[in-house]
Amino acid sequence: MTQTPTPVLQARGLVKRYGRVTALDRADFELYPGEILAVIGDNGAGKSSLIKALSGAVRPDEGEIRLAGQPVSFADPLQARRAGIETVYQTLALSPALSISDNMFMGRELRRKGVLGDWLGMLDKPAMDRFARQKLSELGLMTIQNITQPVETLSGGQRQGVAVARAAAFGSRVIILDEPTAALGVKESRRVLDLILDVRSRGIPIVLISHNMPHVFEVADRIHIHRLGRRLAVIDPRAHSMSDAVAYMTGARLPEGLAA
Amino acid sequence: MTDRPDPAPPRDAADAVASFDLARRGPLAGLQHFLHLYPTMVPIIVLVLALAAFGALAPNFFSAFNLSLIAQQVAVVGTLAAAQSLVILTAGIDLSVGAIMVLTSVIMGRLAVDLGLPVPLAILCGMAGAGLAGVVNGLLVTRLRLPPFITTLGTWNVFLALNYYLSGRNTIRSQTLDAEAPLLKLFGARFNVGSAVLTWGVVLMLAVFALLYYLLNHTAWGRRVYAVGDDLESAKLAGIRTDRVLMSVYMAAGLICGLAAWSSIGRVGSVSPTSFQEANLESITAVVIGGISLFGGRGSILGPLIGALIVGVFNSGLRLMGVDVLWQLFATGWLIIVAVAIDQWIRKVSS
Repeated sequence: MTQTPTPVLQARGLVKRYGRVTALDRADFELYPGEILAVIGDNGAGKSSLIKALSGAVRPDEGEIRLAGQPVSFADPLQARRAGIETVYQTLALSPALSISDNMFMGRELRRKGVLGDWLGMLDKPAMDRFARQKLSELGLMTIQNITQPVETLSGGQRQGVAVARAAAFGSRVIILDEPTAALGVKESRRVLDLILDVRSRGIPIVLISHNMPHVFEVADRIHIHRLGRRLAVIDPRAHSMSDAVAYMTGARLPEGLAA
Repeated sequence: MTDRPDPAPPRDAADAVASFDLARRGPLAGLQHFLHLYPTMVPIIVLVLALAAFGALAPNFFSAFNLSLIAQQVAVVGTLAAAQSLVILTAGIDLSVGAIMVLTSVIMGRLAVDLGLPVPLAILCGMAGAGLAGVVNGLLVTRLRLPPFITTLGTWNVFLALNYYLSGRNTIRSQTLDAEAPLLKLFGARFNVGSAVLTWGVVLMLAVFALLYYLLNHTAWGRRVYAVGDDLESAKLAGIRTDRVLMSVYMAAGLICGLAAWSSIGRVGSVSPTSFQEANLESITAVVIGGISLFGGRGSILGPLIGALIVGVFNSGLRLMGVDVLWQLFATGWLIIVAVAIDQWIRKVSS
C-alpha cells in the first residue's frame, strides 16, 4: 500500500481512566488520507473510549491527538466538528420530529443575507433545502422525495443515509462511523456500505467501528485491532482472514511478528 | 463471539421509498399521518366544531361582541400559555408561571404605588424580576439537573411566598392605580373594532404568539428548542449547547410571564396577591388542548392560542346556555383527556 507519510488523524499514548477502570491504556491510532480504517475489538476493549476521545466527546487524561500533524485538544464534540471531524453516532443523533433539512443543518443553520438574517436571525430555508437535496442526491439517496419530511418517517437505512450525508457534507477531514450497519437489514446494510465507499471515493478518510466482520473485510483498507485498552495491531484485510481477526481481538492468538 | 449476524431480517417495507402514500393506507391511518404532519389541525377542528355547536345552541353566542369578549377573557391565560408552550416544547413543564405572574404584578404595583417609583421603571423592575425568576428555574434545571416538574413545583411555592411577603397580602385597589399608576392598567384599555370590543391585552397576547411563531419556525434558536425537546441526547451529539437553549427558554418564559403580569393588572383592574390561583393549570390546559406534546419537540406554537380560545368558547357557550359552571370544568376536563389521547395516538405513527 502506498500512503502519504503524514496521517490525517493520529493519536499517541492516549490514556483514559474512569475511577479504577482504565478504558484507554496508552492507545495509539493512525488514519491516513483517503483510506477506510476499520476499528474492531471485543466489547469493553476501549473502542468507544478511543472514538470518543477522537471525536471530542471525552477528554483523554494523557496522550496527544494530532490532526494533519498539528496537535489538537477538543473540549466537546462541537470543537472536533469545527476542526473537520464529523462523527455518525450509533444513535445517529437525529431529531426524529424535525425535517431532513433541519437535521442536516442542526447547530450550523444558514441565515438569510442582509437585515433579515443579521438582525432578525431569519433562516434561509430555501438554501438549506437546496443544499440538503443536493448532498443527498450526490450520495444517491434521492429515493427520499421530500426534504421537509420528518426523519421519523424514514426507514432505518434512510436515516443512516441522512446521518452519513450530514457528516459527508460537512466533514472536511475525517468521518467517524460508529456501527453504521448494526441496526440494519441486509439490503439496507448493502446501501450504507456503498455509501461508505462512495464517501471514500470523494477523498474523505473514514474510521469505521463495526462488529460485523464481513462488512469490515469488504470495505476496510486497514483494520485496527483494539484489545485491552490499546492497539494490538493493524492488519491488512487482504492478508488475513476474518477468523484471524477474531482470534486476535479476542486474544486467542497473537498476530505474526508481534512479540507478546 | 462478537461476530454477530445482522440482528434484523431484511424488511421489504424498509426498502421502499418513503414518500407518502396515503392511498395505500386505511382512512384511519391516513388521518393519523395527516395529523402527525399537521398537529395543529386537531385544535382547529375542535374550535370550529365548538363554534358551530354553540352558535347553534347558545343564544347571542355568535355576536361580534361575545366573540371579542371571549378573546378578552382568555388574554391573560393565553399569554401565560405562550410561556408554558416554550417550556413544554423542551419536554419540561413550568408549574411556576402563575406564581411568577402574580409576583411580578405585585412588584410592579408596590414599586409604582407604595414606593412611588416612576411607573415605567416599576414595570422594568417587574420584568427584570420575572426574567430572574425564569433564570432561577433554568439554573436549577440545567445546573442541578433537577426535573422541571419538581423544580417548578418548588419555585411555585417559593414565588408565591415571596408574593405574599412583598404584598403584605394587601390588594392595591383599582382607584389607587387609576390615580397613581394608570400605565399599569394599559392592557385593560378597550377599543372597538366594529361592534367587537377588544383590549390591548388581546393584542399583546397575539403579538407574543406572533413573535414566538417567528422565533420558533424561522430562527436557528427555534429549531434548537424543538431539537432539545425532541431528543436531548441527539441534540447534544449534533452539537447543540442544550443547556444554553434550556436556559434561554426558561428565561424567555419568565419574561413572557412578566408581560402577562402587566396584562393581568389591566384585566383585573387591581393588583391582588391572591388572583389567578389556577392560572398555572389553565395554561397547561391550553397547551395540551392546543396539541403540543407533553413529551416535547412536537406541536405548533399556534396550538395553545387555539387551545385557550377553545376553553374560552366552551365557558362562554355553556354560560350563555344557562348551564351550571361545574359543567364548564367537566367539559374542560374531557377536552384535556381527549387531547392527550389524540397526541399519544399521533405519536404512535409508524413509518
